[in-house]
Amino acid sequence: MATTIAPPKSVTPAATFGQGRNGAGGSGGNGGHGDRWGSAPWTVPDRAYRTGMWMGIAGIVMVFAAFTSALVVRRGLATDWVPTALPHILYLNTFVLVASSLTLELSRRSVRAGDGVRFRRWLYLTAALGLAFVAGQWTAWRELASRGVYLATNPSSSFFYLLTAAHGIHLMGGITALLTLALRAKRLAASGRLVPVEVTSIYWHFMDGLWIYLLILLRVRL
Amino acid sequence: MAALALAVLVALITIVSVAIFWGHYWWFPVDISTHGAAMDHQFNLTLIICGVVFIASQLGLAWFVWKYRDRGDGRKAAYYHGNNALEATWTTAAAIVFIGLNLLGYRIWAQTRFTGPSPGALRIEVWAEQFQWYFRYPGPDGEFGPSHPEKMNDAIGNYLGLDREHDQASKDDIVTATLGIPANREVELILRSKDVDHSFYCRELRVHQDVVPGMEIPVHFTTTDEALKHGEGGTPGRYEIVCTQLCGLGHYKMRAFLQVMPEQEFEKWLQQQAAMQ
Amino acid sequence: MADAHAEAVHVHKEPTRFIWKYVFSLDHKVIGKQYYFLALFSVFVGMCLSILMRWHLVWPDAHIPGLHWLSAAGAPNDQMTPEYYLSLMTMHATLMVFFVLTTAPQSGFGNYFLPIQIGAEDMAFPRLNMLSFWTTFAGLMVLISTFFVADGPPLSGWTAYPPLSGLGSVSGPGEGLGQDLWIISIAIFCVGSLLGALNFIATLLELRTRGMKLMRLPLTCWAWFLTAILALLSFAVLFSAGVLLLLDRVGGTSFFVPAGEVISDKLIRGHAGGSPLLWQHLFWFFGHPEVYIAILPGMGITSHILSCFSRKPVFGYRAMAYSMMAIGFLSFCVWGHHMFVSGMSPYTGFAFSVMTMAIGVPSAIKTFNWLGTLWRGRLQLTTAMLFSLGFVSLFVSGGLSGLFLAQPPVDVNLHAGYFVVGHFHMVMGVAAIFAMFAGTFFWFPKMFGRMMNETLGKIHFWITFVGVYCIFMPMHFLGIAGNIRRYSRFTEVIFLNTPHMIGLHEFMSIAAFVTGAAQLIFLFNLFWSMFKGPKAPQNPWHATSLEWTVPSPPPFDNFGGRHPVVHHGPYEYSVPGAAEDYVMQDSPEAMAAH
Repeated sequence: MATTIAPPKSVTPAATFGQGRNGAGGSGGNGGHGDRWGSAPWTVPDRAYRTGMWMGIAGIVMVFAAFTSALVVRRGLATDWVPTALPHILYLNTFVLVASSLTLELSRRSVRAGDGVRFRRWLYLTAALGLAFVAGQWTAWRELASRGVYLATNPSSSFFYLLTAAHGIHLMGGITALLTLALRAKRLAASGRLVPVEVTSIYWHFMDGLWIYLLILLRVRL
Repeated sequence: MAALALAVLVALITIVSVAIFWGHYWWFPVDISTHGAAMDHQFNLTLIICGVVFIASQLGLAWFVWKYRDRGDGRKAAYYHGNNALEATWTTAAAIVFIGLNLLGYRIWAQTRFTGPSPGALRIEVWAEQFQWYFRYPGPDGEFGPSHPEKMNDAIGNYLGLDREHDQASKDDIVTATLGIPANREVELILRSKDVDHSFYCRELRVHQDVVPGMEIPVHFTTTDEALKHGEGGTPGRYEIVCTQLCGLGHYKMRAFLQVMPEQEFEKWLQQQAAMQ
Repeated sequence: MADAHAEAVHVHKEPTRFIWKYVFSLDHKVIGKQYYFLALFSVFVGMCLSILMRWHLVWPDAHIPGLHWLSAAGAPNDQMTPEYYLSLMTMHATLMVFFVLTTAPQSGFGNYFLPIQIGAEDMAFPRLNMLSFWTTFAGLMVLISTFFVADGPPLSGWTAYPPLSGLGSVSGPGEGLGQDLWIISIAIFCVGSLLGALNFIATLLELRTRGMKLMRLPLTCWAWFLTAILALLSFAVLFSAGVLLLLDRVGGTSFFVPAGEVISDKLIRGHAGGSPLLWQHLFWFFGHPEVYIAILPGMGITSHILSCFSRKPVFGYRAMAYSMMAIGFLSFCVWGHHMFVSGMSPYTGFAFSVMTMAIGVPSAIKTFNWLGTLWRGRLQLTTAMLFSLGFVSLFVSGGLSGLFLAQPPVDVNLHAGYFVVGHFHMVMGVAAIFAMFAGTFFWFPKMFGRMMNETLGKIHFWITFVGVYCIFMPMHFLGIAGNIRRYSRFTEVIFLNTPHMIGLHEFMSIAAFVTGAAQLIFLFNLFWSMFKGPKAPQNPWHATSLEWTVPSPPPFDNFGGRHPVVHHGPYEYSVPGAAEDYVMQDSPEAMAAH
């Protein structure tokens, strides 16, 4: 198998290799590998944050995939399943959450344009809509409770509370992130560094999409 | 020195292990079922194939350790990144052997599990609870009466929650602590649990099945004449049934007896049991 | 490689104060060591538990001095109750599987060496890394706390099958608060694991230095990368399963608990229609990738070390990488082989068995390639090499017994017996641990700047290698004879209570005591060498990967502010025409046509 690698132009092999083979001579500073190394400051590329966020989302997808399969199996085997009628406010909550994704996009546009003020404003609005969503979910819970439907009432209601709670907890994490961004809004807009906003947006839109998936699942399978 | 020691040690371990497997010093007990022979055959086939691979790999390892040890003579290692033809060969060979072996065992699995028992099989319910086995025979009406969880009361001996006063089908049910069966006749066991997961296993019968609360799981088998020729403690036809799914502190003592009997003896035994209900 | 808006975010300053340097450190090297020592602590506790178990099995009525201090209820009069045996077994398994086999090989060595081997200064997310460790630590603390609650640790095994684990203390002793805490501990562990996994993946994909193409990665990096993917996808499912189980226990739900349960004459009201099999599916969907999480890093380390001490490239590098990918993928397709007799459909069982035989193929490929690496090599039998060779032998033994268990008709007579126990101990409890020992002896000089003692290392190896075969090979024989597992004693079943069977157990127990004691040699060697070992050179093994281009131990930022540029694959040993019998990955030396 032919393997020929040309050395970089700035280096003569003999000089560096002679140093490189020094395995036994103590710690030798920076390994004595001299010129063939670059010395720009080490950076974590923005790509890494996006990859990390997508990986985190993959994990969350699996959590809900497991819950989904539990729902499907439990319902399939059940002789005790009493479907849970979804409180109507859920649809309003959905609209609110979708609206929040739109406002988040508007905030991203502002930060790209360097407008710190608008950026922060849209962020707060997004967070507020997120909180409104959570409040709406809580109202849905209260409505079920008033009908006497609780976590343990029926497997169907168990899944309702489980899925909405799991989503809600993750969403509140997202709200925290939004508020953190808002507090740093001016600095972020000025720095031109978009990646914190980008990854938060990925997460938030994912929460939005996840909710729509859950709503359909609850509607069809509960 | 270390190379020789390692090579010899690996070889020794290989030889001793193979010898013990070959010598059947710890081995399956006698097979008393009609389906057991095929299972045992599949095990033996697997043992031979795995044995060959085991010997070849371990001795190969031992040989290489010895042969290619650094003797301090300045010999260089061979600069070799691999060989694609070899990779393709052993990948294909492994796939054929492994999957082929699996497919060879398909028939016996299908026979025991994919098809149900024939219509004339003797049906017996097996009940598992912490930490006892009970067995129920349907009686002359051929029906198992309903079991009522709220009526279960071990203290007064109503293990299965039967209501013999009000449920017609329960009146003639026979509940025993020993699984008595006739030899040479197909038996269907229906496995039920009162509380947690258990698992029914009789080594000689070659029958193993988890018992899951909320489910009624059937298994079927037929015993052979061998069943009457052997037995635990010298009693012909007597074999141990154990629990193999962790069920709590008494898991280790959850044991019952299978008693295989000639047909007539079985009928007599059943009548005796019925009288004791 | 940095894009236009990259910012020097993580040239994090070297801390000076003790708490930021050694406790809440952001440095992957410190975090790696923290994980390693957490695992070391866990393995010693787990090993002590197994010694107690083996003692009890052969002398069930014995008074074990001091045991009543561990638990007055579990060992009145220093005699172990059956429930306490099961609790110790549960804790042994939980500690070993989670806090040893999922931490040391991946989070321990991986954290320390992945960034260096790819030429980076640290992981992509150092703060998240620190959070991962302390989350894992919290999980361990919650687990340990179960020893001290009234009802004791749970006794349902590390597999925690409901309804036994789903009903609460009505199921019997060991199923009270301890089980709740166990679930919480594992849930916390899942979170720590997920955070770590996403860090590994992002780091490997985005932080490789110039020239470090994927196919130039050391196989250790491939292993850590693939293991992280498995962890990300599987631990999430375990987390969900744990939530559902906890809700069944404390929330009155019925995910896993069916209707009409009667335990000890008590009718359990309020549950209806739950499925115990649902737990098993969810658990094993996690559980099977988990065991590959436990072994893949060990496979990577073995390849890495065998190559170095054979002075030969890894035979079939690409095949090795692809095999690990195949193993990773297939590991999600085989979980039902734990459930052949569970009540699951036999057709499904057959499908799983075919997939399980298939996963044996890449494992076989790896074994052949390890042998191919040794072939025509120049083997140097350092302690690290001895443990790696031992790994190959043990992996063959342990892997082959899997072929029996993978076939449903054969599994009928081996399920839930000592054949299974022998199988998984060989692969996880021994082979994986041997890879940890090998990694320790190999990387100790780099991590601590000193050499471990080779003589003590070799003594430890010989005793352990013989010892583990003496402990775990006989389990296969016992399994064939029908010895059932998870029994606290063998006195109540006639076919188990014979000199023939008990005698073999005695042999295994004595081997266990001797082997366990021999681990003290390793412990001594480890800690003595940390303080008194001879100073280590930069590249004592004349190895080729990037960790050997930096001082022992490395400076805070690994490469001293420089970026390595990679020109070669990771295993260029004995290259014809080269000046030495190894070519470092970042060496600019041209290599003549082969």
